This record gives sequence, C-alpha cells and structure tokens, in this order.
Amino acid sequence: MRISRIEQTKTFDVQNDEVDLSLLDPIIEKYKNKRGIMIPLLQSTQNLYGYLPKQAFPKLSKETGLDLSDMFGVASFYAQFRLSPVGKYIVKVCHGTACHVQGAKALTEVIEDSLKIKDGETTEDRLFTLESVACLGCCSLAPVIMINEETYGNLDGKGASKIIRNIRLEEKTK
Amino acid sequence: MGKTKVIVGLGSCGIAAGAKKTYEKIQALQTAENLDFELKQTSCIGMCYNEPLVEIIDDEGHYLYGGIDEDKALEIIEKHVIQHEPLKDYVVHSDLFETLDDVFFDDQVKIALRNCGYIDPESLEEAEAQGAYRAMGKIQKEKLTADVIIQSVLDSGLRGRGGGGFPTGKKWVFARNSESDEKYIICNADEGDPGAFMDRSLLEGDPHAVLEGMIIGAYAIGVQQGVIYCRAEYPLAIKRLNIAIEQAREKGYLGENACGIEGFNFDIYVKEGAGAFVCGEETALMASVEGERGMPRKRPPFPAVKGLWGKPTNINNVETWANVPWIIREGAQEYAKYGTEKSKGTKVFALTGKIKHGGLVEVPMGMSIRDIVFKLGGGILEDKAFKAVQLGGPSGGCIPAYMADTIVDYDSVNATGAIMGSGGLVVMDETTCMVDMARFFLDFTEKESCGKCTFCRVGTKRMLEILTRITKGDGKEGDIEKLEELAYQVKENSLCGVGQTAPNPVLTTIKYFKDEYEAHIRDKKCPAKVCTELITYVVDDEKCTGCTVCAKNCPVDAISGERKQLHHIDQDVCIQCGVCYTKCNFDAIKLL
Repeated sequence: MRISRIEQTKTFDVQNDEVDLSLLDPIIEKYKNKRGIMIPLLQSTQNLYGYLPKQAFPKLSKETGLDLSDMFGVASFYAQFRLSPVGKYIVKVCHGTACHVQGAKALTEVIEDSLKIKDGETTEDRLFTLESVACLGCCSLAPVIMINEETYGNLDGKGASKIIRNIRLEEKTK
Repeated sequence: MGKTKVIVGLGSCGIAAGAKKTYEKIQALQTAENLDFELKQTSCIGMCYNEPLVEIIDDEGHYLYGGIDEDKALEIIEKHVIQHEPLKDYVVHSDLFETLDDVFFDDQVKIALRNCGYIDPESLEEAEAQGAYRAMGKIQKEKLTADVIIQSVLDSGLRGRGGGGFPTGKKWVFARNSESDEKYIICNADEGDPGAFMDRSLLEGDPHAVLEGMIIGAYAIGVQQGVIYCRAEYPLAIKRLNIAIEQAREKGYLGENACGIEGFNFDIYVKEGAGAFVCGEETALMASVEGERGMPRKRPPFPAVKGLWGKPTNINNVETWANVPWIIREGAQEYAKYGTEKSKGTKVFALTGKIKHGGLVEVPMGMSIRDIVFKLGGGILEDKAFKAVQLGGPSGGCIPAYMADTIVDYDSVNATGAIMGSGGLVVMDETTCMVDMARFFLDFTEKESCGKCTFCRVGTKRMLEILTRITKGDGKEGDIEKLEELAYQVKENSLCGVGQTAPNPVLTTIKYFKDEYEAHIRDKKCPAKVCTELITYVVDDEKCTGCTVCAKNCPVDAISGERKQLHHIDQDVCIQCGVCYTKCNFDAIKLL
C-alpha cells in the first residue's frame, strides 16, 4: 500500500500510549494453534488500535508461540502495518500510473500545505495522516484520493483542500 | 406489464464518482412518494467515464443513463419512470436507438466480464439466471472426467491472464500429475500494477464466475482447498467475495460432495494481502499466505510440485479463472474462435490516462492498439497528440504512437519490448514526459523490491538515482549507456519477475524516445514540459495586461513590473514553482 514509507519525524510518546491489551484476547483465541496466522493476527491487532502498539508484540508472541523477531520482520515488511499511531482520518493520495499522469504529485503538495505536514506524517491533533499509495484501482477517475473508506475522484487541488476543510469543520462542530 | 427496474452501478469506481449518493437519493424518493419500481444495484459495466450510471429497464427496452448525479437522478425518475418519457439526452446506451457512445461497446466481446454490470453481484439467483454454475452442472450431469476438462482448457488456447501468458491447461496438467494427498489452488487477486483495475472490477461485479472457475480447476486437478489472495486495498471486492462464498456453501457448490459430485470435497477462503507488490509473484504470494515476509523462492521446484505448505499448488489469476466456466459451458472451439493463432480468446484492459473514454474493455486478441485507443477509447483527451501507450505497468513498457498498429497478442506485444501484463493500458499524450514516466516506474519498483536479490535491490536504486538526476537537469554524457548496462544486469540476476522486468520501462523508453533523454541531458530541456527544474517561465509580451497577479503571487519576488505595464521574470531568482503560470488569467506565462 505504499509508495513511500517515510519515517515519522514528529514522534509521539508511543510508550506512554494507554493500550488495553486485554482486547487482544479474543483475537488470540481465534487464531491460536492454526497455521499461517501471522498476517491475519497482525491485521486484526491493527484493526483494533489503528496501528501495532509495541506493547502488543510480547503478549502476542507469548500466547501464540510466534517468534518475536519473525513478527517484527513481517510487520516491517508489509506496507499495511504501521508501528506508530495514526490520525482519525487517513488521507491516501493515489500515485498510480493514471493518477501520476493526471497530476497526483501536485495534489499531494496541496494537501501537505493545507494539513501542514509532510507525506507520511500525522497532524499534531491526530486528526489526519497523509499517505501516498500505489494504486486504488479507480484509474479512470484519476486523480483519486481515499479518506478512510471513502473515495473521491476527478480532483484538483481546490477540490482536495475543500474536502479536508469540510472534515475539519465537521469535527469542530461535533 | 412488468415492473420497471432502476439499476445503479455501485462498483468502487462508481461509488467514487458519487453513485452511492445517486442510489440513496432514488431510494429516498421511492420511499417518500411510494413509487412502484424495482430499485437494484449492479457493478461496473466498464464505462467509467460516464459514471455514475443508472440503467432503466421498462417494457420498451433498456436505457443506460450516464453522468447521473443526485439532481439528474430525480429528473430521470420523474420523467422516465413516472411519465414514461425517456430523457434521450442523457442516454449513453440503449437497445432501441443509436447513441454516440455505442462505439465503446460495438467491438467488445465480453467473456470474462460477461455478467459485470448486468447482475447484482450479491445475488446468487441473478448470477445463476445468467448461467453461473451451469458449467459445473454440465460436468456433473455428463460425468465429464478430469482429462476431458483439462483437454478442453488446452484446446481453448487459454493462456495466463496475469501477464505471464503460460498456457493454463499445461499448468493444470503439471499440478494434476503431481502425486500428493494434499493439493491447493490459488486465485491471485493481488492486483498490484498501478493503473490496472480489471481484477477488482471482476471480483466486485461477478464473484461467482471466479468461484466456479476455481471449482472446475479443483475438480480437474484434484484439490480440496482453494485460497483467494486479494489485496487489502479492495475492501468491496473482499466483502462481495465472502458473500459469494457463503452463498455457494449454502447452495452446496462448495463443501462436501460439492456441486453434487460424490467424493468431491472442496472449499475456498479469502486471504487478505498486506500491501506488497512482490506478493503478486506466485512464490512470494505463497510465502505470504504461510505468514512469512513475501519473498520469492527459487524455482525449481515449481509450485505445481512444491507450492503452498510444500504441497503441489496451482495458481491462476482472477481473469483466467473467470474464463474457465465459459469455456466449459460453451466449448473450447467457441472460445478459440476469437483471437490470433497463438493467443486465443479475449483480454480485459483497463483503459486510462489521457483518454476520452477511460474504462474497462474486453476485446478479442488481435485488435490493434490504435483501435482500442481511438475507437473504443474515443481518442486523446482535448485532442492532443497521441504519444505512446504503456502496457503492463512497472513490468511493461511503452509502445510509441507510430507502432500503434501493433495488435494485442502475447507475441506481438513482447516483440516491442513491452509485455501484455495484466491489462493496464495507460495512454500518454504530448504532455507526458517519457523520462519522468520511466523514473516513476523505477521509483515504484525500487520501493517495492523485497530486497532478496542484490541486483534488484541495489541496481534499481542506482538506476533511479541516475533517472532522477536526468530529470533534474544534472544528466551527464554516458548516463544512457550506464542505465542500459544496469538494466541488463538487473534483468539477468534477479530471482523473480519483479526484478527481471523492472528495467523494462527504462529500456523501452530509451529505445523509442532516446531523443527525449538526450534533450534532458544535453539541452537541459524537457520537451513535454513536465520536469519542473527544466522549465523556463517567461512572460508573453503580447498577452500580458500588467494586472500584477503573477507578481503578487510569486513566492520569491522574481516578477517585476508596474501596473498595466509588461511584466518580467528574473530567471536568476525564479524557482520554477509554476504559481504564476496557474494564476495568470490571460495565458500570458509561457513555458520554454
């Protein structure tokens, strides 16, 4: 799901993030003693917390018998897995071929400007995370962005910043 | 008089274009006014450029309406459904009269996509009404043996639609002949090529076609377990696949004594990918299913001998599987009627880029690229000059406009240096820079290289560095030769398809567009005006009105000039950001 996996430059205090590890129990129960569970196990964990908290690894390893180093190897290999917290809204800008040809680079720059973060980073209020992705499969509507599960097509810079602005407003009035 | 049907296309792309809102609007209106019509959903019919699409079927015939936003939705319900007056202006396709958009459908032959956009993908009954599981019914009723089925697939000439083009029947023979008490089949739905969405549309539009293909394959090869490896970026496809699997289990198409065949036990589950391009490669995919890092393994042993969990495994891609039931149902000869001598049948292409009619098309093998681009695709956006098509994504290459009469079949496309690939066809015009294009793909493969083979890991990085330098105006004499040398090294010394094909975009652009590379390196110019560092912005003396907008917006104060006087850009200060170009209301900023 990556084009670029940029290291978080603004680091949050991940260690002190309150993580309720007991939420993992039903997941462990579901996958325990089966083969090929590594990826689904990590995916379920990420669905729970939005990222893979460091504290979850020892527990998962201990209770499923998976090797800690294997787990980290897999978590760091696949672009889907995140090791630090993300914003409530994940803005994925498609940089597939069609979107590239139709100006996806400029779109990323506009969104970077309006969120005041760089590609791969999360805003300080933890509302938005900006990501570049390889292809969302909506090429005929290029350029495309996806915010959480919602896809927006045929965008230009103005359209994109309007969408961001609307989400911000919505959040404020909540 | 039958009930009027109103069908909204709800594929991922339709939803992105606003089809869900259209659907909800119609639904709300129906409830509010208590209107008597049947509201249904379908998937992508391929006409993405006209999304959102709404089809109305009444006693007269069928009308496909294009570009239906919420307001137009109310209008067509009001006029067509209530007052029975079709709004011909919005109709893009109909069986009653001709439309300008007919050219998009005229030359298509829909085999793999036979039901996409025509049925509700979440309804087994509708799929069955269109012939789903009838091939399995034929196998059961006529007691067709595995040998007969495999012979049919061999006779049909079907080749792997994932890009490799290996004869599907042969693959099945290898897997069948492997002795083992445990075998697997896999459907490769890890469609990773940027610019390709054939498999997504198929899975979202007609999941039962893929399931039936796999059931037939499992029966012929002798398999108990099937896996669909689908990329996580396709949530809707995964959802609809799971619904379809559940329906097939309930109906007895999957499970013990599947499809009513005594002793044939077969089931399928969906495995979600985790975002790695290399997992589209079969051995890496299997490593990923097993829960490891998705790194390719050495072949031989081939998967047909030692695959998933060390057992014989047969992998085919989504489109290949979807073709199989049709072949069994209609006969191998019927399928082989289409296509060329060595490439039979049809191929689905995702038509995107600088093209008027972007979308999904299925054409018989042997159609020329020119026909695909100009007949089906309607030509180039804004009628600019057609420059090239890119086939096969990061593993493929560019075919220049002057070779547009190349026909699409595996051998003709390979002869150009590109590959057929999975079916992404990106159209480029005069405003696309080919060096930038090569750099784009290299940037992709460099990031996606799994890192196992040194040449792929380091070689692509070095190539990317050179290309980046060239696009920034720091290219040197000898760069082209160095790129070529590195390209051959990476191709020769990589274990899997990712590395073996990664240099293709570079090699084909050097082959066909060497002049553009030279312009970047020698003249420090980007002929397509894409590489920002190589563009000079100047004021057009005749068009400048002296409105001062450019000067006000210039972030580095490089523009000088009094109100109502000609403005001037100081090239030493200018950072080529392009703000003046976009802000000018009089087209008075020129690119040189």
